Amino acid sequence: MRSEFILKLLEKNERIDGRKLDEFREIIIEKRPIERAEGSARVKIGDTDVIVGIKMEFGEPYPDAPNSGVLMTGAEFIPLAHPDFELGKPGEIPTEVARVIDRGIRESETIDVEKLCIEEGKKVWNVFVDVYPINYDGNLIDAGSLASIIALKSTNIPTIDKDGNIDRENLKNSLPVVHTPITITIGKVMDKMIIDPTFEEEEILDCKLCVATTEEGKVVSIQKIGVGVLTDDDVDQMIDIAIEKGKELRKLVEDGKKIVKPKTKANKSRKG
Amino acid sequence: MMKTNEKMIINGKRLDGRKPDELREIKMEVGVIPNANGSARVSFGKTIAIAAVYGPRKLFPRHKQESETGIVQYNYDMATFSVDERKRPGPSRREIEISKVSRLALEPTLFLKNFPKTTIDVFIEIIQADGSTRVTAINAASLALADAGVPMRDLVVGLSGGMIDGVPIVDLCGKEDNYCDADIPIAFLPNKNEITLLQMDGRLTPKETKAIVRNVLHVGKEIYKKQVEALKKKYSE
Amino acid sequence: MEEKNDKKIRDIVIPGELIGSNKTFKAGYGTYIEKDKIFSKFVGILQKKDDYVSVISLSGVYIPQRNDKIIGVIEEVQKFGWIVNINSAWDGFLSTSEGIEDYVDVKKVNMKKYFEVGDIIYTQVEDHKTGDVQLTMRTQIARKLKGGFLIKITPSKVPRLIGKEGSMVNLIKEKTGTIIRVGQNGLVWVFGENVNKAIKAIKMIEQKSHIYGLTDEISKLLS
Repeated sequence: MRSEFILKLLEKNERIDGRKLDEFREIIIEKRPIERAEGSARVKIGDTDVIVGIKMEFGEPYPDAPNSGVLMTGAEFIPLAHPDFELGKPGEIPTEVARVIDRGIRESETIDVEKLCIEEGKKVWNVFVDVYPINYDGNLIDAGSLASIIALKSTNIPTIDKDGNIDRENLKNSLPVVHTPITITIGKVMDKMIIDPTFEEEEILDCKLCVATTEEGKVVSIQKIGVGVLTDDDVDQMIDIAIEKGKELRKLVEDGKKIVKPKTKANKSRKG
Repeated sequence: MMKTNEKMIINGKRLDGRKPDELREIKMEVGVIPNANGSARVSFGKTIAIAAVYGPRKLFPRHKQESETGIVQYNYDMATFSVDERKRPGPSRREIEISKVSRLALEPTLFLKNFPKTTIDVFIEIIQADGSTRVTAINAASLALADAGVPMRDLVVGLSGGMIDGVPIVDLCGKEDNYCDADIPIAFLPNKNEITLLQMDGRLTPKETKAIVRNVLHVGKEIYKKQVEALKKKYSE
Repeated sequence: MEEKNDKKIRDIVIPGELIGSNKTFKAGYGTYIEKDKIFSKFVGILQKKDDYVSVISLSGVYIPQRNDKIIGVIEEVQKFGWIVNINSAWDGFLSTSEGIEDYVDVKKVNMKKYFEVGDIIYTQVEDHKTGDVQLTMRTQIARKLKGGFLIKITPSKVPRLIGKEGSMVNLIKEKTGTIIRVGQNGLVWVFGENVNKAIKAIKMIEQKSHIYGLTDEISKLLS
């Protein structure tokens, strides 16, 4: 019944919390909440609350890239975050979330992995990006990828002591992060496109398209999620939305802005 | 327990400048996870624990016992980035054991007989670890349970005691945890003088051990005060 | 105004807090007795009426009590009754005899004719033995609620939503032209044109239930 209500509102281009279809909820950014990790960030979009931690460890390079460091992205859906999350089930959804976030960072070549070589062909830095939702109210991919790029930009590389061990007490250089990819999820339902869906809104979407773009205006990764279908016009429109909204979120990363409230004064001026 | 030649106590002060009986800076906040029935975030120095409580909620009883009294399910998890060397996701044996003793630390304070066929799920995430994580988690769990409106006989206080360089201390940080002569995590009901969790790793005389336990119960009262403050703060707009 | 606020904070008790002696007071809801002493079970408001003490929890899932008037949603149709979701850790059970006023042949009756899965009912808790919540529709207030919209609030906020002698919920009903039924289990049924407006008001009450001057804020929101 709740779903019917949400759909009824959408027909009139309205949403339960009073936002416009292309508006984000309030965004709050916290840099380096986990001091002891090499990098970290916390992002809240509405009630969705995500922490990303960055760890750097020694690893072996891939045989076809003996000079390059390795990026690995993971997402843990801990049952803390939502009554329906179950224990011990890695499942498709967190795996997909991790891979979509990973693709945005990887395909844009955001991390200059050539600078992460320690010993050619033998030892390189592994960069682990781990995404943890603390409270889940939809749009985890956007929140997670925003937190990931902010965390990466605040990451410092540990030094290596004289015995060849990782010394995390002395962090020297920042991780070389050369791009700012932003992933935007656009949901389609009926003939409407909405961004930043809440948990309830996600349940009624036909499907979603996650599009990562860079500051150069390039599209670097796309993922369609869900069983519904898209026309080519839909895709055009969604890419445009991703570029426009990507710019908005990218400003937050660059300006280091902490809190951004939605433009619509939700609930105040609405009629009916 | 590792050995070191480094002195852990110099001029009566610990590595981080604390006195033996001094607690780290404590921060407590309830209601941090809107989806949960109750939640809390507690930090002792750099150790940060987040707790969420869901329940009492429906349990499909598999045993007769479960249909006669409610159960508690406690899951203690450490984030991959919470420790120095990245921890692989998923429960280790250590975490499984901690989950068990922590569950048993909370059960005595709950009225499980009044909640047949239900489960009270407690989820803990350690997002940064610097010693004494299991007791920090218990402090958070206790607040989350109270925040969730789960009826309790008393709050539960968690605090670690230990011995370092022959000096009894409380609230061990990570380094002290590694190099101490003994590490004794304790949880207790502050108004009842009931100890619900007690473990020890180390090598001490009975006298030393008893003294540390008593001391923890004494210093733990400060933690209780902070818990009360955190719970009342939510309603004092 | 300050006074009232302070009073509220002063009266908040927490689990394990000593309230009084069992010899002086009568222990009511939200308290327990150990060794002749009465303690609080909850984070809540302490209420002392003559020698009767109780604690109203400030949060918590719904715990059914006899005679509670609640809203339920039919979850399953069975042979001798219906399983009802009552927003609690336990399901409610409405037996055929408690659900149907008319005299019917239990073997032949078409249960779905009376209540189907998804139907919303305003009902009363008859009994709550260990794990079974018996419901009854055989009271004057019980009825099926058709159409409308259901929302959930924390059960402990229900008194605030209702207000003194219904003043708060009536205010919302007037200003939004809706019909509202509040279940003690935290389920609230809203019916009418301006459901959205009413829901906003109800949510605000849930968030700000502990502050003073809430009635004014709600009036402002709804004008």
